[in-house]
Amino acid sequence: MALLQISEPGLSTAPHQHRLAVGIDLGTTNSLVATVRNGISVVLNDEHGRAMLPSVVRYAADGAVVVGEPAQAAQSDDPVNTILSVKRFMGRGLADVGDTSRLPYRFVEAPSTSSGQVASTSSGHGMVQLRTVAGVKSPVEVSAEILKVLRVRAEASLGGELVGAVITVPAYFDDAQRQATKDAAKLAGLNVLRLLNEPTAAAIAYGLDNASEGVYAVYDLGGGTFDISILRLSRGVFEVLAANGDSALGGDDFDQRIHCWLLEKNQLSALNPKDTRLLLTLARAAKEQLTEHDETRITAVLSSGELIDNVLTQTEFQSMSQNLIQRTLQPLRRALRDAKLAVADVKGVVMVGGATRMPQVQLAVGEFFGQTPLTNLDPDKVVALGAAIQANLLAGNRTSDDWLLLDVIPLSLGLETMGGLAEKIIPRNSTIPTARAQEFTTYKDGQTAMSLHVVQGERELVSDCRSLAKFELRGIPAMVAGAARIRVTFQVDADGLLNVAAREMGSGIEAAIVVKPSYGLSDAEITRMLQDSTQHAQDDMQARAQREQETEANQLCDAVQQALAQDGELLDLVQRAHIEEQMAALQEALRSGGQQLIKRAITALNDATVSFAQARMDKSVTRALAGKNISDLDIK
Amino acid sequence: MTHSFDVSKNHFQLFGLVPAFKLDTAQLELDYRALQAQVHPDKSAHLSDAEQRLAMQRSTLVNEAYQILRSPIRRARYLLSLHGIDTQEETNTAMPVDFLMAQMEWREAVAEAEQARDVAALEQLDARMKVETREFEAALAVKMDHEHDYQIAAGLVRKLRFMEKLAEDIHSAYDEIDN
Repeated sequence: MALLQISEPGLSTAPHQHRLAVGIDLGTTNSLVATVRNGISVVLNDEHGRAMLPSVVRYAADGAVVVGEPAQAAQSDDPVNTILSVKRFMGRGLADVGDTSRLPYRFVEAPSTSSGQVASTSSGHGMVQLRTVAGVKSPVEVSAEILKVLRVRAEASLGGELVGAVITVPAYFDDAQRQATKDAAKLAGLNVLRLLNEPTAAAIAYGLDNASEGVYAVYDLGGGTFDISILRLSRGVFEVLAANGDSALGGDDFDQRIHCWLLEKNQLSALNPKDTRLLLTLARAAKEQLTEHDETRITAVLSSGELIDNVLTQTEFQSMSQNLIQRTLQPLRRALRDAKLAVADVKGVVMVGGATRMPQVQLAVGEFFGQTPLTNLDPDKVVALGAAIQANLLAGNRTSDDWLLLDVIPLSLGLETMGGLAEKIIPRNSTIPTARAQEFTTYKDGQTAMSLHVVQGERELVSDCRSLAKFELRGIPAMVAGAARIRVTFQVDADGLLNVAAREMGSGIEAAIVVKPSYGLSDAEITRMLQDSTQHAQDDMQARAQREQETEANQLCDAVQQALAQDGELLDLVQRAHIEEQMAALQEALRSGGQQLIKRAITALNDATVSFAQARMDKSVTRALAGKNISDLDIK
Repeated sequence: MTHSFDVSKNHFQLFGLVPAFKLDTAQLELDYRALQAQVHPDKSAHLSDAEQRLAMQRSTLVNEAYQILRSPIRRARYLLSLHGIDTQEETNTAMPVDFLMAQMEWREAVAEAEQARDVAALEQLDARMKVETREFEAALAVKMDHEHDYQIAAGLVRKLRFMEKLAEDIHSAYDEIDN
C-alpha cells in the first residue's frame, strides 16, 4: 500500500492483527527460525523440542527429500546424495569451490544462466550444481529445502501463514551470494522482507537486550563464513561503520585441518566418499570435544577394514589451526581502519557463531581487543533472534522499541574499464540504500554499442574481482569519439542487492538490468522450479493466493482509514473523494470475491494514495527536523 | 510549510541548513538519523512496491546528501558547484611548486614505510597528514564563508584532493603490510 504509517507518540492506533513474521538464520551447519511472541524474540523448536535444524539435505531415488537430523544421520552411508554446508556453494562457480576431491559430491559445472541482455561471467560458467540420485540440484534448490522445513515449522507453531521472513546472510556475502539466498527463499514460498547481515542481526538482539551505547565489534565465525562488523549503537540507531570478512572461512575449515591431520597420521591417500564423510564427521566431533577437554580420542573403522585410533590434544589442535585464526585478524584490522577507529575505541566484542566456542578463538579475539569477548547470548541463536526482531518491525507490527538500522555494502562495486582495470563506482562500506551515477563516453568515431561489465571486489584487476554481469547498451547514435554521454547508474537497495541502469543522455536510450545473472537464476528458472515443486498442490496455491490477496486488501483498507483519520487535512476534497471511491471499490471487490479483481482494486487504491503518502512522508520529515529554526530556511 | 523532497532542493536544504562550509557535524549526524528514521525502507517494508520504491529513493538521497555534507572536501566541492565554480581537479594542474615537492616527499615516505613494513612510521605520517589536512580545511572555511573567495577556495580543494589521495595511499600501505 502507498501509505506511510506513522504512530503518534502516546496515541494508540486501531487494534491491529499481529502479523506473523519470522527471522531465519540459514546457516552453513545449522539453521534456525525465530519469531517475536508477546514482545519477546524466541526460537521456534521442532516437534522434538530441537531449535537447530542441521543444514543437511538428503535426496532419495524416489524423489523424497529428507532435511535435518535424519539426513545428517545418513551422511556417512550416503555421502553423495546427502548435502552438507551447501551455503558454501551459494552463488559460487566450480572454480570457487577449490579442491573438490576433499568433498564427497559429484559436482556439475552448470552453463551460465544468461538471459536477456545479461551475458555470462568471464569464466563462462554458472553456479556449481550437484548431481544426486534425484537429479542435478543447484545450491539454491538445496537451500530452499531447508527453508521450506523452517517455514512449515513456523506456520505450524504460529498457527497461520507468514506475512514474510527476514533471511540472514553473512555480511561479507557478495551480490551473487545474496541473490542466490533470496532466490532460495522465494523458491521455498517465503516472502522476503529483507536480507539482513548476520552480525547486524546479532547486534540488534544484543543491543536491544542490553540497551548498549557505543562502538561494538561483532566477531561472527560460523560454519563456513567469517564476518567482522563494527557498529555504533546510539539512541536506538544501529549504524554499521564497517564490515569485512571472508566468505569462505569457518568452522568447517577447522574440521578439515583435523581431517588432514588424520590422513597424515595414518598415511592415507585418496579416500572414497563414505570414508571422507566419516572422517569429517569424526573431525567435527573431536573439535567440539576439545572445547571442553584437553584431549580427545578419534577411532574409526574404514571401509577397507583399516582401523583409525588417534589422540588429538588441544595443543596440537591449536597449532594446526593457528593460521586459520590469523586469517580472521586481518579483516578485523581492516574493518577498524575503514571505520577510522582504534582498538581502544571498541567498547565491547560480541561473539557469534558456533565456531567462536573454540577456546583458541576466544583467546585470540580477547587478546586482539584487550578485553574479554561477550558471550552472554547463545552464539548459535543470537542471529535468528535478531532477525526475528527485525522481521517483526518490517512486517509492520508496532513495538515499544523505536529503532533504526543503517547497514552497509561490504564490497566495492565497479565497472571494467580499459586495460582490464576495475573502476570503483560504489566504495565498500557505503551506507545502503545508495546510488551512484557515472558518465562514460565512446572511444571510436561512429561507435553505436558499448558493453558494460559489472564487478565486485577490492582488487584493481577485473580478473581478481567477482564478475556480476555483462550487458550491452546498443543503439547509441553514431557520433564522433567522445561525444556520446552514457550515464550508468548503480542502485543498491536495502537488501544490499544491485540494480544497474545505463542511459545515453542525448537519445535517452536505456538499458536496465537486475544484476542476478551469471551465478544467479533467471526468473524463468525460479518459476519452473516453483511449478515443479507445487504441481501437486495447485489448488492449495490458488486458495493461498486468494487468502493473501484478501489479507492484503484488508490491511490496506485499515491503513488508509487510519491515515485519513490522522492526516486527512493534507488532502483537498477532490483528492479525498478519489481515495474514498477507490477504497469503496476495493471493499466491493472483496465482497464479490475474484482474486484478480481484488488485485486490480488494490493497485488502484495504491495508485490513488501515492501523493497522499508523499505528503505524509514530508510531514513526518518536517517533524523529524523540528526544533530547528526552519522558518528561516528555504523550505517550502 | 512542509519539508519536501523536491529534487531541485540542494543537500543543505534537505537537512534544513543554510549552505556554508562551516557545519556542526554532530548536529548533522543527529539530523541524518532523524531523517532516516522517517524515510528508511525498513519503515515501509510492509507497504506497497510503489511505497517501497519511494522510500528507497528518499533514503538513498538522504544517504548521498549526508555523505557529501559530512566530508569536508566533498562539501566544499559541492558548495562551490552551487556557486557555479568547477574545482577543475582533473584539468587544473598548476599547483605551487613547493606544494608538489612536499607531496612527492610524502609519497616517498609512505612508500618507504610500506617497504620497510614500518607501522610506527606509517602512523606518524598518518598523524601529520591529518594535521595538515585540517589546516587546509580551516583555510577553506575562511575563504568560503567569510571572504567568499571561491577561486582561492577551489585551489584549496585541489590541494585537499592531493591530501585525500595521500590518505588513500597510507590506507593501502597499511593493507599491504597486513598481507
